Amino acid sequence: MSEHITEIIVFALLFLLVSGMGFVAARWRAPKDMAHLDEWGLGGRSFGGWITWFLVGGDLYTAYTFVAVPALMFGAGAAGFFAVPYTIVIYPLFFLILIRLWSVSHRHGFVTPADFVRRRFDSPTLALLVAITGIVATMPYIALQLIGIEAVLKTMGMTGESLLARHAPIIIAFAILAAYTYQSGLRAPALIAFVKDTLIYIVILVAVIYLPYKLGGWGSIFDDAQAKFDASPAPGDGLTLNANNQLQYVTLALGSALALFLYPHSITGVLASKNRNVIKRNMSALPAYSFLLGLLALLGFAAISAGVKPLPGAREGTVDSNTVVPLLFDQQFPSWFAGIAFAAIGIGALVPAAIMSIAAANLFTRNIYKEYIRKDATHAQEAGVAKIVSLVVKVGAVACIIFLDPQFSIDLQLIGGVIILQTAPAVALGLFTRWMHRGALIAGWVAGMGLGFWMLWNIANPATKRAHFGGSAFALEKFGFDTTKTIYVGFVAVAVNLLIAVVVTLILRAMKTPDGVDGTEPDDYYADEGDPRLEAERKSPDELASST
Amino acid sequence: MAEPETSPPPRTDRSPWNWLLVIPILVPLLTPLYNFESPRLWGFPAFYWIQFLFILLGVVTTSIVYQMTKKRRSS
Repeated sequence: MSEHITEIIVFALLFLLVSGMGFVAARWRAPKDMAHLDEWGLGGRSFGGWITWFLVGGDLYTAYTFVAVPALMFGAGAAGFFAVPYTIVIYPLFFLILIRLWSVSHRHGFVTPADFVRRRFDSPTLALLVAITGIVATMPYIALQLIGIEAVLKTMGMTGESLLARHAPIIIAFAILAAYTYQSGLRAPALIAFVKDTLIYIVILVAVIYLPYKLGGWGSIFDDAQAKFDASPAPGDGLTLNANNQLQYVTLALGSALALFLYPHSITGVLASKNRNVIKRNMSALPAYSFLLGLLALLGFAAISAGVKPLPGAREGTVDSNTVVPLLFDQQFPSWFAGIAFAAIGIGALVPAAIMSIAAANLFTRNIYKEYIRKDATHAQEAGVAKIVSLVVKVGAVACIIFLDPQFSIDLQLIGGVIILQTAPAVALGLFTRWMHRGALIAGWVAGMGLGFWMLWNIANPATKRAHFGGSAFALEKFGFDTTKTIYVGFVAVAVNLLIAVVVTLILRAMKTPDGVDGTEPDDYYADEGDPRLEAERKSPDELASST
Repeated sequence: MAEPETSPPPRTDRSPWNWLLVIPILVPLLTPLYNFESPRLWGFPAFYWIQFLFILLGVVTTSIVYQMTKKRRSS
């Protein structure tokens, strides 16, 4: 531990700085009344271009992405680069689809995607399914952020013998995070994101210039990676894709993009912006992060070239490949700079973890508490419940990491991506058409969930000697196709979900089953800030206050 | 994906420019366009630098569509 002392000091100082900012954030752009879910959970729906850029960027590109994507490149090569097409494809989709969700939410005061589904399809059951899916998918995502921090702590040698000693730093970090999220709501991650992203940009830009200089140029780094993949017996690795994993690459990129914009935390980030132009402008500025992510992914190859050996994993005989990038910094850079890099990853975990817990809390409050427990809850009560739920969610995430095998959280996250996709027909298509019947959407959700779980269960991973939940690449031959190609599970599941939804809609329409009343108007999907009709129809004074 | 139920809509963000966004959605998903090693650029195999180029493609198309469909503030 002693040789890491400089790293630890730099890490701790930066961590303290952002913790201070987290508490001060409550007074930043201070609202008239914080006891309102629009204020605590959506930052007053008032964020302009820059704040949105940092917030959404800090939200989508998480600490886990920063350690797991290079780790995947380190292990499998080209297949790990799916993160780049994934984060290119997502922004046009946001631009075309999510903007409508912003408008209709602005018009009706929706805080969550389930709020929208409730009003659009007049179905509390469908809204409940969407809300539960969102919460269940988000929980392991928060736990993964802790894995990101742990990879860094491990590299700094902060590993104790007992269960408590090993996890003490994480427990402290999350306790502080929980406290300032409780107090400041979405304003805390919005403010901290400035520091996080600035650090990340500095660290990566320095790394991609300095490392090739030290390791003999990018050409030689790629050659070293090529040599490693040529020597390895694994069939799927290499500097380019092979005939079998191209379909997987494409469907994983598209499926992940669709999943990401359905995740409650991305929607929370988008709903917090103040008008349509802020969102549209951001969709052309956010790809700057994709560029960063691409460069970061290539650090996985730099680690191969530098001869990094990942630290041992939680179980005997396994390696923790997530330590690859932290080790690369530890070995190749002066310790003060490695400390900054570690802080960037550590703080990088806090921003999304805060937003995710807020998003999950919003879902619980609006679609479970207010819908089923206390229908006449006031705005202050809503905000109070959400604050407490955000604490519970974080305690749950920490408990997952301490008491369960971290692999379990990774499995859950894998499942999370597949299940959140199952809300696409209701949330995403619902923004364009109400043709599908609410009953059919529920049927499709059930079918997609069932199929998704069955497929994931049947994926074995020979490399990690696991019979189930071994990854997201499903061999098409299991469906009876005569091929060695693989495909992304979520993609198949959501296609079946949609098919069932269409078929059942036709049946229910033929049977003339009641379809409820659409509480939205076509015009709502284009509503914008300062809309005169909207201002006139605002229901309560505090909603008026929050829109200014 | 259309909205047939619309009675004459006072507002819309429909625009032919939106179709331009199909490009950055489709092109990065066509692996035959970039799944090869050479030519290398600054040591980067084609697979990598071409996909970096697609990021630029995304930025350019989204910026064009934003500029062309931007709501002019009515005073």
